[in-house]
Amino acid sequence: MIPIEHYLFLSSFMFVTGVVGVITRRNAIVVFMSIELMLNSANLVFVTFSSYLGNVTGQLVVFFVMAVAAAEAAVGLAIIIAIFRNKLTVNLDEINILKW
Amino acid sequence: MTFTVHDLISLSPVLLIGVGILATLIIEMLVKESEKILGWFTFVLLLSVAYLSLILLDHTALVFEDKFLTGGRVNIFFFLFSFGAAVVSLLSMEYIKKAGIHFGEYYIMLLSSVLGMMLISGATDFIMIFIGLEQMSVCFYVLAGFNRRNERSLEAALKYFLLGSFATGFLVFGLGLIYGAVGSLSITEIVIGYETLKTSPLFLTGTLLFIIGFSFKIAAVPFHMWVPDVYQGAPTSVTALMSTTGKAAAFSALIIIFSPIIQAAYPSFFTPVISVLAVLSMLYGSIVAISQNDLKRMLAYSSIAHAGYMLIGLAAWNEKGVSGVIFYLVAYTFMNLAAFGLISLIEKRDLRGTEFSDYKGLGFKQPVLAGLMALTMFALSGIPPFAGFFGKYYVFLSAIEAGMTWLAIVGVISSVISVYFYLRLIVVMYFDNSDEIVMVTPSTSAMLGIMISVLLIIIMGVAPGSIINLINSTF
Amino acid sequence: MLVEYIPLFLVIAFAIVFAFGTVFSSKIFGPQRPNPEKLSTYESGVQPVGTTHERMSVKYYLVAMLFIIFDLEVIFVYPWAVQFKKLYLDPSVGTTAFYAMLIFLVVFEIGYLYVYKKGGFKWD
Repeated sequence: MIPIEHYLFLSSFMFVTGVVGVITRRNAIVVFMSIELMLNSANLVFVTFSSYLGNVTGQLVVFFVMAVAAAEAAVGLAIIIAIFRNKLTVNLDEINILKW
Repeated sequence: MTFTVHDLISLSPVLLIGVGILATLIIEMLVKESEKILGWFTFVLLLSVAYLSLILLDHTALVFEDKFLTGGRVNIFFFLFSFGAAVVSLLSMEYIKKAGIHFGEYYIMLLSSVLGMMLISGATDFIMIFIGLEQMSVCFYVLAGFNRRNERSLEAALKYFLLGSFATGFLVFGLGLIYGAVGSLSITEIVIGYETLKTSPLFLTGTLLFIIGFSFKIAAVPFHMWVPDVYQGAPTSVTALMSTTGKAAAFSALIIIFSPIIQAAYPSFFTPVISVLAVLSMLYGSIVAISQNDLKRMLAYSSIAHAGYMLIGLAAWNEKGVSGVIFYLVAYTFMNLAAFGLISLIEKRDLRGTEFSDYKGLGFKQPVLAGLMALTMFALSGIPPFAGFFGKYYVFLSAIEAGMTWLAIVGVISSVISVYFYLRLIVVMYFDNSDEIVMVTPSTSAMLGIMISVLLIIIMGVAPGSIINLINSTF
Repeated sequence: MLVEYIPLFLVIAFAIVFAFGTVFSSKIFGPQRPNPEKLSTYESGVQPVGTTHERMSVKYYLVAMLFIIFDLEVIFVYPWAVQFKKLYLDPSVGTTAFYAMLIFLVVFEIGYLYVYKKGGFKWD
């Protein structure tokens, strides 16, 4: 039996990787991938605790998180494609007309 | 899980809007030029939902496996969301024609986001809050980028989407940790186990991550950076929706989550966190708004400051504070709806014309619009006898009663600063002159929406007691 | 505790040794007489055309997204289908189990029809 700390460590690592990715990367699609990584690390936490506590709720939440992530992916990629059609770039540093 | 008739009646506002969304989808599919009827259809639908939620005020019921509560305070929020969105649909009708985004899908998204808000405000379980919040946010991402030929709109949508889903990541991870500590996501379970949980590092970390995620959604400093860009870039009618009812929905979730938890353990460790967020938001929002030249951007910073005032009520956490926050939310919703409605009228066809310089001399050329705008600005700055003043009054009073006088003092200082930039617009409108102002003939629907909002601002300013009593009666 | 992992490490070590061993031993011991026919991508297949970095048309995006969304809805149907008999026989649930999924599917089908009517499934 692998102790629960290992799973939690792995998911925290995934989460931090995602956060660092969002902050440091400049390509909108890579940033979005990092966000998906954050959501999946949360899924891992839910599944871990679900199995550890012997409680099904966690696995149920994972379904919802996955469905929500799919909806977000559909909308987000549509926005990114629309931006690309307009500006021919998805680099976040070049998408900056809104400022004071 | 079976439904009784009582449950179904209590749920009827939510069910009606759900059926309404499907109906709008079918109309959009089958009817040619459906966008012409969908605007009024949406308006009537939202108005009937608002009416239903008011008459069902005392129909309390716990449905969906104890995951959803209706009646009482929840119905006040139902009313706020649906009525606010009804006003938005009035404001939108002509505006989206002008902006070249006259599609039926606009109204479908609007209705879906209202359903999401309703799911948040009635939730008694974190999973319900999560689903409602995501439904609302995803609809807002789409709406912000609805003008897909306009670079500013798309940029706003991209920024909103990336930062919004970043916040969702924090929120979900926080929920995961809370689930691990409690073994359930039900708020009642958390309250029952609070004594042991309050020392559990897992629970505290989870709650902190959850608060970070939520601070993004309510736009509290230091998690506010998306707000100015998104509010400026999104179509004005959409900004009106997300800055008012969207914010109210996020606050309703905070009220639901914290009311039982804090009642179980006041003052908890949340109080300092929320106080810090409140102080930062008020001061930052008011100070940065001074230097803005775009009216939509200025209102975005002012909305950050308003979130700060509302957080005071949550930090103080007594009965006055909570009812004060709800009162403030209602007042703020209609003040901002009026302001953004007027901006959307004056905005030009190419979606420019939201700068202060575009308002020069408006007081002489368009006396009605300028007069309404001046009234709204007075209300937003908290000058009596309008709704904004009493919102602030109740919230500050609750802070003093809770022994947090310093919070109230910071709030007053920040309100005094904010008077400067609200009055600046009035000065520009009445004391500057310019020849290039474009005459606009406001449409009936938009004027109706603005008049409703302004009327409510005045009523709430003249007779705040009766509304506070109505809110108090739902506790 | 690490003792429990020894079999796993052994399997991994064996896999690595076997994989690299077979590849490199054929390189070392086998005869090497290359000719153009042998070096082509598919020795007895069709001639490859173009590069692997082909640009995909953006209309595939729509299909991919629709696939993901409709695919993910199925994860709600599977657990329901597996548990249906148990749910139906449970007196506290009964036919609600059926109607709940019916409502879900109706909402879902309206979305599907919307996509169909708007031409989301048309290829060009």
